Amino acid sequence: MNVTVLVDGNASGPTFALDEPVSFWGGVDPMTGTIIDVHHPQHGQSISGKVLVMGHGRGSSGASSVLSEAIRLGTAPIGIVLETADPLIALGSVVADELYNKSIPVVVVDDFESAQTSTSLSIAGSQLLLQD
Amino acid sequence: MSLDLSDNLNLSDNDAAMLSGDRGEALAMAMRILTKFARVMGASELLDISAAHIDGCLVTGQSSLDLAEALRDRGGQVAVPTTLNVSSLDLLHPELYRGDDEPRARQLMQAYEDMGCQPTWTCAPYQLEARPGFGDQIAWAESNAIAFANSVLGARTNRYGDFIDICCALTGRAPAAGLHLDEHRLAQLVISVEHLPDRLLATDAFFPVLGFVIGTSVDTRVPAVVGIPQATEDQLKAMCAAAASAGSVGLIHVVGITPEAPDLSTALGNEPVAETIIVTASDVVHARDRLSSGDATALSTVSLGTPHYSQAELATLLNMLAGRSVHESIAMYVNTSRDVLGASGGIAAGLSDLGVQLVTDTCTYITPVMKPVTGVAMTDSAKWAYYAPGNLGVDVAFASLSECVESAVAGQILRDSDMWGGL
Repeated sequence: MNVTVLVDGNASGPTFALDEPVSFWGGVDPMTGTIIDVHHPQHGQSISGKVLVMGHGRGSSGASSVLSEAIRLGTAPIGIVLETADPLIALGSVVADELYNKSIPVVVVDDFESAQTSTSLSIAGSQLLLQD
Repeated sequence: MSLDLSDNLNLSDNDAAMLSGDRGEALAMAMRILTKFARVMGASELLDISAAHIDGCLVTGQSSLDLAEALRDRGGQVAVPTTLNVSSLDLLHPELYRGDDEPRARQLMQAYEDMGCQPTWTCAPYQLEARPGFGDQIAWAESNAIAFANSVLGARTNRYGDFIDICCALTGRAPAAGLHLDEHRLAQLVISVEHLPDRLLATDAFFPVLGFVIGTSVDTRVPAVVGIPQATEDQLKAMCAAAASAGSVGLIHVVGITPEAPDLSTALGNEPVAETIIVTASDVVHARDRLSSGDATALSTVSLGTPHYSQAELATLLNMLAGRSVHESIAMYVNTSRDVLGASGGIAAGLSDLGVQLVTDTCTYITPVMKPVTGVAMTDSAKWAYYAPGNLGVDVAFASLSECVESAVAGQILRDSDMWGGL
């Protein structure tokens, strides 16, 4: 699998694949890591502590600060696997690193479907291991 | 295999000097963040910008304040004219605020003012007198403003947001990628509303609903909309805001109306049409219905002005009220900018006299300024309808402006069954 590293790092944990893109701003509560967008099919579920698999972000431009806040508070996903490069998502991790020396890995993969259907994922720099 | 993103970005001497810390610590920090962001954008260089609009001045958590203060404390000053988006407070009507985060909100606003940003506090900077022109390279945040700047003004900005907006403003630079470049501004698909009945195109709630349809259909692609006979800036504003809430939309060509789409083939760059989405009346009605939520039926609140109302919209509202007061059981709010309010003459006073609460500097769905919503909240904004249930936990009835006004006066939800032509 081809992996493009947007933000470097390591993470290993259960997969949480989004059924639809979510806007972090207004869609995810950084205090808890819960999806609060009532229009989203996974409304009420937590992305905290998981490897989040999502095509790309969506909607309002406040995504980065919600993600960095979640990273600061420890409620964020432990890593994010994308189908297409999303600068606003990467930025949240870049700024959390700049301010708090805390970041999560963000990568883009070409075989997105395998990542989506996996049960767990390990990101180690440009290496991605998945378990079905 | 890993693709190395770091090899492709060429920095100018000035960029490199900023990055190295030769121009001070604030610029070094801003340039570190900007260059990492630019690599993710796939940019090969940075370009000069002539203006910036910052939406990081809304408190979204401690990290938004931490970055602003870190840059300010390191001596950061903006390099280009920079306007500020809505904040968490209404400084002109401070009595409305019911939250407990005022000190932090004020600190954040102060940090951006200290860096030389203009205290405009509006999500509709395109309604300010000094606004970008056709072809201007800018770095704007706030999704509705981004879509409006690209689509209606023909200015060029990517979908910037918190953090990167101030980094661009301080350095005067942005990644040369995406919507800054000619080749990414061409339409990639066509959205046809040609088959919709004229009566539907003429309803005032059509444009926000169309925006919602666009946002949920195009994903990240640039659409060209065909079949709209005419549109005001306010209607395009409502469409852009809805589209940019429901999808990752940064540019919508409206053929025959917006500046880069005098005709369809120009919008497409003379390429063949790859895909056409035909919007049907039932698509529109389905989208309209998706914008309402919850089971409550008693009306308690009406909120208008997301994005901030223009002069023309305030005047229309006053005309529609026609001297009638808002019902005593209803709280009715209109969000606008301090700039529009200051220039509105007797219109704002007229609205206040009829019981309409004007809100400036912020917006009713992002900060606690409304009285508790005990029933349904009605709005003419698809963006407000989209976000308020999650942000505020309220049930929303999306409606036309005339339905909002008649309901506010009557103290109960009134629907105009003729408006959608029985659809």
